[in-house]
Amino acid sequence: MKAARYGIDDRPIFVIDQSRCIGCEACVQACEECGTHRGRSLIHLDRIDRAATTQTAPMVCMHCEDPTCAQVCPADAIKQNEDGVVQSALKPRCIGCSNCVLACPFGVPKYFAEVDQMMKCDMCTDRTSEGYAPMCASVCPSEALWYGTADEFQETRRGALVDGWLFGHQHVTTKVFAVVDDVEAGPIDVVGGTARSWLDDPFGLEEGAS
Amino acid sequence: MLRSARDVCFALRPGVLAGARAVLGMPARVFQDRYGPDAFAMLSGVSLTNEKSYLIGKFARLALHTANLDYNGRFCMVSAGVANKKALGMDRSPNPWSDIPLADVVWTAGTNVAETFPITTSYIWRARDRGARLIVQDPRVVPLARTADLFLPVRPGTDSALFGAVLHELIRNDWLDHDFIAAHTNGFEEAAAAVADMSPARAAEITGAPAARIGEAAELWGTAATGMLLHARGIEQQTKGTENVLAAINLGLATGKFGKPGCGVSTITGQGNGQGGREHGHKCDQLPGNRDITVPEDREAVARAWGVDESEIPGKGLPAQALIEAIHAGEIKGLLSICFNPAVSAPDTAFTAEALDKLEFYAVIDFFLSETARHADVVLPGSLHEEDEGTSTTGDGRIIKINAAVPPPGEARRDWEILLDIAERLGRGEHFRYSNTEEIFDELCRASSGGKADYTGATWERIEAEMGLFWPIPEVGHPGTPRLYEGGHFAHPDGRARFHAVPYRPPAEVVDDEYPTWLTTGRVVSQYLSGTQTRRIAGLVAQNPEPRCEIHPILADSLGVADGDRVTVRSRRGEITLPAAVVTTIRPDTVFIPYHWPGRQAANQLTIRAVDPLSNMPEFKVAAVRVERAEEGDEP
Repeated sequence: MKAARYGIDDRPIFVIDQSRCIGCEACVQACEECGTHRGRSLIHLDRIDRAATTQTAPMVCMHCEDPTCAQVCPADAIKQNEDGVVQSALKPRCIGCSNCVLACPFGVPKYFAEVDQMMKCDMCTDRTSEGYAPMCASVCPSEALWYGTADEFQETRRGALVDGWLFGHQHVTTKVFAVVDDVEAGPIDVVGGTARSWLDDPFGLEEGAS
Repeated sequence: MLRSARDVCFALRPGVLAGARAVLGMPARVFQDRYGPDAFAMLSGVSLTNEKSYLIGKFARLALHTANLDYNGRFCMVSAGVANKKALGMDRSPNPWSDIPLADVVWTAGTNVAETFPITTSYIWRARDRGARLIVQDPRVVPLARTADLFLPVRPGTDSALFGAVLHELIRNDWLDHDFIAAHTNGFEEAAAAVADMSPARAAEITGAPAARIGEAAELWGTAATGMLLHARGIEQQTKGTENVLAAINLGLATGKFGKPGCGVSTITGQGNGQGGREHGHKCDQLPGNRDITVPEDREAVARAWGVDESEIPGKGLPAQALIEAIHAGEIKGLLSICFNPAVSAPDTAFTAEALDKLEFYAVIDFFLSETARHADVVLPGSLHEEDEGTSTTGDGRIIKINAAVPPPGEARRDWEILLDIAERLGRGEHFRYSNTEEIFDELCRASSGGKADYTGATWERIEAEMGLFWPIPEVGHPGTPRLYEGGHFAHPDGRARFHAVPYRPPAEVVDDEYPTWLTTGRVVSQYLSGTQTRRIAGLVAQNPEPRCEIHPILADSLGVADGDRVTVRSRRGEITLPAAVVTTIRPDTVFIPYHWPGRQAANQLTIRAVDPLSNMPEFKVAAVRVERAEEGDEP
């Protein structure tokens, strides 16, 4: 397959569609293979609640407009690029306190004791700065992780892009988008309830199925 | 001498393998002189390239001169193959996968697409992005099902009842394509009569899927302009696997969903070369070009291509499961196998192990020392697909090229070179003069010419230049055939498809007081088939280190089992003790165990040796079991 390469004016976006995740962990393996963070996988792939669902969720850094991790860092070690990408803690500054690990509303930063440094997804700055898709999005077989221009998304994909999140009273805007069905949907209310669906009773037990 | 061969070859010491190859030809002839030609058998595998599949068919018939050759596709796609031939006239997916995004309804039946054929999800998402509705039919809420519009939670082994009720509803509501049925099919009346009493209410009793949902499936399928029904082992690995597929095809024929963009009923293959590997003649009843070994004209055509007299080609042999039973019965004394791990993948593993130990001589060609190879006298280290070049034919019938990335390590050799060597030592070298695999491919194409799986116009050069070629390619320069049956022209001699009457019948074994729970088996996303490759990769093992028994909380509570507790699952064949995964994503009357592991962790300790009478596919997907909390000290 030919790798798409984007120019500086194309402004590709990163999109996560958790509903399409199949839990294969190809993203985890690909992230781990990247030479820039020495064999460590910086993407998270969580089983949400296996007792209730097969849902798995890949979590890259959402690259917040006003990153909580940087706000709480006492050493001023977490910096944003001009394009809004939030970097790993600067090695000379990071004091390993893990404030960022605890504070991030998305649970993204990881503290690695053996190097005494917080490392996190930087959207593959080495690749994206050259116009290539991040490792995870380039290997995802089910398009749960997607990288391309907004026009490409509109042409090929259904659903609306959302970059606003509500964590209780905290409103967060992110560089990375999520996909929702409802085009009119506002920010995603993370602690809000979910609508009823057939998944509440997949086997029709309430309908009296045998 | 053979015992010592076993010892040295397990150590895989350099230098002894050449000797092992030298003795291999001899036992085959010794057995055949003593017990008759068919007492020495061969088992092959569908994950091999087209070139190797073809070569093995020729090798077994002309070098070993045995009728008893079959392959692991017997446990994989054969039910779909038989049904495709009976209903449509040939065995290939009717559609290129690029048709999936054009479907207004995508219906997956007994196929865990996300975990077993991940790249197909991408095609289904593209259909969804166009607004397609998704129906998922499965005893489990498999990952793809989370996004479905309609979920049909069938009890294992009841799929033909569900398809029957859908046909019943299509007829009752007149959601039929009468013109298509009249112009392009035979047998509609008989098929209709067979489902006259299969109302959704009756099917709901049999299948456990709510009647309203069955009606909804019929409406979605019957009123959609385009639709694809994709099925796999869930409906095929049953004693009525062929009937289930025929019943699914009936739904496509009744609504005219064949031979048009975004329309078709297709199997999803289960292995790397699941399509190509079932075309070139290493099945017990098959010759190259997907020809029939019992048909005189087919035999003549292949004899001409091979430059032998027709009488030199043996007749039809035993299918894989019957072959294993013939070994157990002492009728087959010697065996050569390649790319097949029946110690893990065959039903009733205790029986299979007994059979393999009864062999007087057993040689295995494999790239790792599989559990099956541990029963062998001689193990010849062969090649991985990264270590050889050749072609493979994708699930949708496109021939593609595989290039070697690395040479085989150490004493390992390319599989085809090992076979040529043995043929030479059997004194049949004159039929096996190839200096590379491209020559094998060119001969395969010539031998397929005029057959159903016709590769006449294919060349490696064209395959690479044109990004693959869809067969049939009946002439040099022919562009290939991505979509089959266009214009309603089917592959039977009269050009018409066949409906089949499929009355419902129960599985071979049903639950009772002693074994009250249904067992179904399958795969997990990080493991592949019998695990010979994937159980050796740390990252994949970490994801699923061992099998777990999926069990619904209702059943778990009644047994006093909590998540993570060890449970013992018993059937009439054997038992397994493993951790329980208490999940609401499986029917409360059914448990699921993935089959990738060997020995005491093998799900196939429990499965039954009953086979489909038409395809000889064992019933991996249905068995009756009893689940209990494991006692302290029960062996893991």
